[in-house]
Amino acid sequence: MTAPRTLLDKLWDAHEIVRREDGASLLWVDRHLVHEGSHHAFAKIAARGLPVAEPDLTIAVVDHYAPTRDRAAIADKQIARMIGTLERNAQDHGLELYGLNDPRQGIVHVVGPEQGLTLPGLLITCGDSHTSTHGAFGALAFGIGATEVAHVLATQTVWQSRPKAMRIVIEGALAPSVTAKDIALNWISRLGADGGHGHAIEYAGATIRALSMESRMTLCNMSIEGGARFGMIAPDETTYAYLKGRPHAPTGAGWQAALADWRTLESDPGATFDAEITIQAETIAPTVTWGISPDQAIPVDAALPDPAGLPPARARHVEAALDYMGLQPGQPISGTPVDQVFIGSCTNARIEDLRAAAAVLKGRKAVVPGLVSPGSMLVRAQAETEGLDRIFTEAGLSWEAAGCSMCVAMNGDHVAAGKRCASTTNRNFKGRQGRGARTHLMSPAMAAAAAITGRITDVRDFDPARAA
Amino acid sequence: MAGWDRHSGLAVALPMENIDTDQLVPARFMSTPRSEGYGRFLLHDLRHDESGTPHADFPLNAAPEASILVARRNFGGGSSREAAVYTLVDAGFRIVIAPSFGDIFAGNAINNGLLPAKVSEAEAEHLIAALAEPAEAHVDLTACRIRLDAHDIGFELDPIRQRKLINGWDDIDLTRADADRIAAFRDRRREAAPWAWPTAPQR
Repeated sequence: MTAPRTLLDKLWDAHEIVRREDGASLLWVDRHLVHEGSHHAFAKIAARGLPVAEPDLTIAVVDHYAPTRDRAAIADKQIARMIGTLERNAQDHGLELYGLNDPRQGIVHVVGPEQGLTLPGLLITCGDSHTSTHGAFGALAFGIGATEVAHVLATQTVWQSRPKAMRIVIEGALAPSVTAKDIALNWISRLGADGGHGHAIEYAGATIRALSMESRMTLCNMSIEGGARFGMIAPDETTYAYLKGRPHAPTGAGWQAALADWRTLESDPGATFDAEITIQAETIAPTVTWGISPDQAIPVDAALPDPAGLPPARARHVEAALDYMGLQPGQPISGTPVDQVFIGSCTNARIEDLRAAAAVLKGRKAVVPGLVSPGSMLVRAQAETEGLDRIFTEAGLSWEAAGCSMCVAMNGDHVAAGKRCASTTNRNFKGRQGRGARTHLMSPAMAAAAAITGRITDVRDFDPARAA
Repeated sequence: MAGWDRHSGLAVALPMENIDTDQLVPARFMSTPRSEGYGRFLLHDLRHDESGTPHADFPLNAAPEASILVARRNFGGGSSREAAVYTLVDAGFRIVIAPSFGDIFAGNAINNGLLPAKVSEAEAEHLIAALAEPAEAHVDLTACRIRLDAHDIGFELDPIRQRKLINGWDDIDLTRADADRIAAFRDRRREAAPWAWPTAPQR
C-alpha cells in the first residue's frame, strides 16, 4: 500500500529517469515546443555540433514574431529573419513545422491542444512561461529558459527539482459574466504575484469541473502570473471529449489504452498539499487590473487603492503604479477612459473567448479602435464560419491573423506610449505592450464592453440577463 | 561555464519590487544574437529616456562597474526569456540579492553563473539602506554569506544550485553521460505508453 499521491507526484514519478543524491531529477520530455525565440538554443546546439535528439517529439510553431497583417511581404527585416531562422532550423532538424503560411499556424499554446499534441499525462516544455497552459489537460507543463531549451533539444530531458504542491479549490457557481480570467486575477490578487513561487498549482473543486477546456486553459495559463511555473487540472470527460479526433491524438486501441492510463491521473484522496486555499465562486466579480503587476487587480465595481493610510513601503509601491498608469487614488476604476482594446493572446483568444466578446459586441459599435487576433488560424476559420468576424468588423474592430501580437509587442503590433489599452492578455507590466503603454487586463467580454463605451465598464451592465 | 565560490565587487541598490524580465530586457531587443552582447539592453527603458539618453540619477547609470545588485521582492518574475539574465551577466553582474525571485529566472541565472541570493525582506531593506551610495560587498558562495560594512548576513540557495554554481557544471555534458539510462527509459515508456508519441496526423 503506497501513500496517497498528488497529481503532481504521479506525473513527476512517471517521467523521472534519474534522481541525483542531491535531489535533482532528470525528467523525460514527451513534447518540446519551440518558436522563433528559441534561436539562442538552436545556436547553442549548433555550436556543439549536436543534433536534435528526438525530432518526432519536437514541434516548431511561428507565433512570437508572426505579423497579423501583410504576411506576403514582411516589411520588417528583423521579423522576417526571426521567422526564417525558425523555419530553417525546423527544416534542418526534420521537425514538424507550423509555419507562417500554414493554415494551422497560431500561438504555440493554442496550436498544441488544438492539434492533439497536448495530452494528459505528458511532460511538455517550451521556452515560454505560459507553457503552464497545457497543464489544463493534466499534463506536467512548464516554461524553461534558453539553456534548458538547448538541453532538451540535445537530450530530450530536463533537470528539475520537484516543486511543492499547492491546491486552489474553487467551489460553487460562477455568477453570469464571471470567467476563468476572473478566477485567475482573483487568486493572484489574494496571494500576490509571487504567491506561487516554488509551487505547482492544482486547480480543483466543483467550479473547475464545470469549466470548458478553453476556460481551464485560461486559468492554467495565468498560473505563472501568480509566480507558479506549473498549473494543472486532473483530466475528466470534458478533457477526453475535447481531444477525441484531434489530428495527433491517439486512435482506436491506442485511444482506449490512453484513456485507461489517463483515468488514474488525479490526486488520491488523502494526498497532502504544502499549501491549499479555497475560494467560493460566488465571491468572484468581473475583475480588472489597475497597476503594473497582475496582482494589482480589483473587482470592476471597486475603487482604486489609496496610498494614504498604507504603510510607507506599500504606499510608495502603490503610488508608483498609479503614477505609471496615470490614475487617481480612491477613484472608481469603472469609467476610466481607454484608448484602444486588444482581444487576443494565449490567455484569451480561443473560440470560446471570441464568442464571449462577440456576444457583447453584436449589433453595437466600438467607439475606440481595437485589434482582434485569434489564437490560431483554425480558430480564425471557425470564427468566420460562425460569423463572428462580421460582428467584430461591423463594430469597427480590426480582424487580423493569429500570433502573440500585441500581448508581447514583438511583431510590430504595440500600444503607443501613454495610451491605455483594455486587453485580454496576461501581463500588465510596464512597457509590456510597448514602451510607456498602460495595460488593463480583463476578460474578453469585459474588453468588448470597454470597446463599446470607450471606458472600463462592468460587463454585467451589458448582460441581457441583467438588463433593465 | 567557469565555477566560482567567492566574489568581491561594487554593490548597487535598485529599491524596486517586481522587476520583471520584460523590464530587464524589453522584447524589442530579443532578436539580437548573444554574440553581440546584451549588457546595453539591461533595464533599458528605465535607464534611458525616449531619445536614448541615460538618466543620470538612475542607480545603475551612476555605477557602471557594479557587479552586485540588491532589489526588492519578486525579482525576475514573468517571461521565461533567458535574455534577462544575459543583460545582467553581460553588464558585469555576478550576484542579485532580493527577498524572492521568479522561478524560471532563478534557474536561468544559475545556468549562466549568476547567483540569485535570497534574503529576508528585512535584510534586503538593511542592505538597501546601507547602499545609499554604491559600496564594496563580499559574497561567499560556499558559506552562503554576504558582507557589506557592518552587515554580515546569510542567504538562501538550494544546495543543488549552490553545487552547480561552484562547479560551473555544464548540464548537457553531465546528462550525456547518462545516455544509456535515458535510452532505456525511452524504450520502457514507448512500450508502456505508446500513446505518448504523436500519431500521424488524421486529416
